[in-house]
Amino acid sequence: MASVTLDNIRKTYPNGYQAIHGVDVDIREGEFLVLVGPSGCGKSTLLRMIAGLEGVTEGTIRIGEREVNKLEPSQRDIAMVFQNYALYPHMSVYANMAYGLKIQGLPKDEIDQRVNAAAEILELTEEQLTRKPRQLSGGQRQRVAMGRAIVREPSVFLFDEPLSNLDAKLRVQMRLEIKRLQERLGITSIYVTHDQVEAMTLGHRLMVLNGGVVEQLGTPIELYERPASLFVAEFIGSPSMNLIPTKLGADGKTIRIADGIELSLANGGLADQAGEEVVFGVRPEHLELASGDEASLPLTATLVEHLGADTLIHGHFGDDRADLTVRLSGTHLVAAGDVLPIRITADHMHLFNPNTEKRLAL
Amino acid sequence: MIENRPFLKVLSHVILIFGVLLVAFPIWVAFVAATHDAGRMNILPLPMWPGGHFLENLDVALNQGVWGGDGQGVAFMLFNSMIMALVIAFGKIVISLLSAFAIVYFRFPFRMFFFWMIFVTLMLPVEVRILPTFEVVANLGMLNSYWGLTVPLIASATATFMFRQVFLTIPDELLEASRIDGAGPLRFFKDILIPMSQTNIAALFVILFIYGWNQYLWPLLITTDQDMYTIVIQIKRMLEAGEEAPQWHIVMMTTLLAMLPPVVVVVFMQKLFVKGLTETEK
Repeated sequence: MASVTLDNIRKTYPNGYQAIHGVDVDIREGEFLVLVGPSGCGKSTLLRMIAGLEGVTEGTIRIGEREVNKLEPSQRDIAMVFQNYALYPHMSVYANMAYGLKIQGLPKDEIDQRVNAAAEILELTEEQLTRKPRQLSGGQRQRVAMGRAIVREPSVFLFDEPLSNLDAKLRVQMRLEIKRLQERLGITSIYVTHDQVEAMTLGHRLMVLNGGVVEQLGTPIELYERPASLFVAEFIGSPSMNLIPTKLGADGKTIRIADGIELSLANGGLADQAGEEVVFGVRPEHLELASGDEASLPLTATLVEHLGADTLIHGHFGDDRADLTVRLSGTHLVAAGDVLPIRITADHMHLFNPNTEKRLAL
Repeated sequence: MIENRPFLKVLSHVILIFGVLLVAFPIWVAFVAATHDAGRMNILPLPMWPGGHFLENLDVALNQGVWGGDGQGVAFMLFNSMIMALVIAFGKIVISLLSAFAIVYFRFPFRMFFFWMIFVTLMLPVEVRILPTFEVVANLGMLNSYWGLTVPLIASATATFMFRQVFLTIPDELLEASRIDGAGPLRFFKDILIPMSQTNIAALFVILFIYGWNQYLWPLLITTDQDMYTIVIQIKRMLEAGEEAPQWHIVMMTTLLAMLPPVVVVVFMQKLFVKGLTETEK
């Protein structure tokens, strides 16, 4: 186990393309950090820099107390699980797991003991150890790839989208297994994914990357409740947050949602930015049905999707064109054209500056 | 074929059988000739069915050679041919594996330049560069030696290209995984690349063995000492009978002997050969 420290990491490719624009993060011992973002955001590049598969243009990477910028991958005390598993196709499962240990020059019985221990953790049978990777199913291959990482007993696990080649059901199952495994072994882990559900469920902390810049670093709940930017607000949560470009009221205490519909903001609003343009955000699950005589906003439904556990209602307030999504739990028999009374609680409102795209603190 | 018409089925078999006969007939003639004595082979029409002198002719061909020749059988020439074919095949495979490895996995200065230099040699087979090559081999004192027979034929652009293509299909992640496992370049080469190219190596071995075995012009040029003759040259020399009629029964027996090793190689490596040329899954 070790901490991993990234200090102002930058990456510029020889063709001048700058992939990473200065990343700072302190990953604590035993922490599970998820790097998440859309494709091309630099998350894999960052992981590969930590692994030593890509050079670092600027900044320092430390694993434990050791600066590892110039070290070979094998000297960094890391293990990596690849997206397509990268198992050696001509070697048996056992040989795949033992290969790194053999190169380290460990004695045979120690290799044997470590491989068997890993196989047991991953529930690989003795018979499966003798097979070739192509004779295994996707989920089993994934286990072998993790086994290869475990036997090294590294200080840091690196995962590069390890679940993206699996089908949906297996992905959920393996996700749980990875989480359990990490908790059991307590090894510092860095996990790259573009799937926000994976990110939210696995990580102790998430780092949201966009275009090589860290948008936000925080726990899943922090990201969900207080997204630091429009990008994070849209990226985390599914369906994504409803965003309405609008203006603050003349006193800064209210906000206009649609023609004739105004809401008062929490904590007295933003008096100093009265009349300024803002982006108002609210999550679909925070548009709730108002009961009885409560003050409510009329939402005209245009399309209804029944998911069983939830009902997704697309619609708009009044005559406003902005399309909104409402997520109600349970089944609601709503038809297109119906008008629903909706309430929004003040502490579920998010405001963003449309120019800087940053969150405005209420 | 998806269609299932009896007539077409029969027709396609007839065509196939005709093709087989066309190819096999000369070999049958050679075999028949090798089973008769010298007298019978000089009377027309030539025999179409085997005679009873097979073992006798085999013994003469292997141990005595043609009459009026130098009284040498072709047994040691088979051996010479074998050495030449094996050294050429293995040499080509080793050198082209290494050069393909360098071209695919290392970023050295003038990498593309060297790549194209190798490519250009495709245009320079032995026949084109025969005089300078002979000069070099003679100056190195390699005439009449196994080295002289094999070294000038060993470098192979074709094989280098084939291995380059094979290596390019091997996913980069395997290299990265092995780097994380602590394997250096040579270890990666030995433990990952070579085992993964096994079938291609086998397929290439078949082609190159036959290529080496069938060499004619080059051995003819650089061997003047009979101890270094290969069997392919010997067939040609046997036909130079001067005033006399060629001793066809011995010549044909030698031909059969010369055909045998390539046939054996093809038959025994057939499966690997087909796999190596068609399999793409890595």
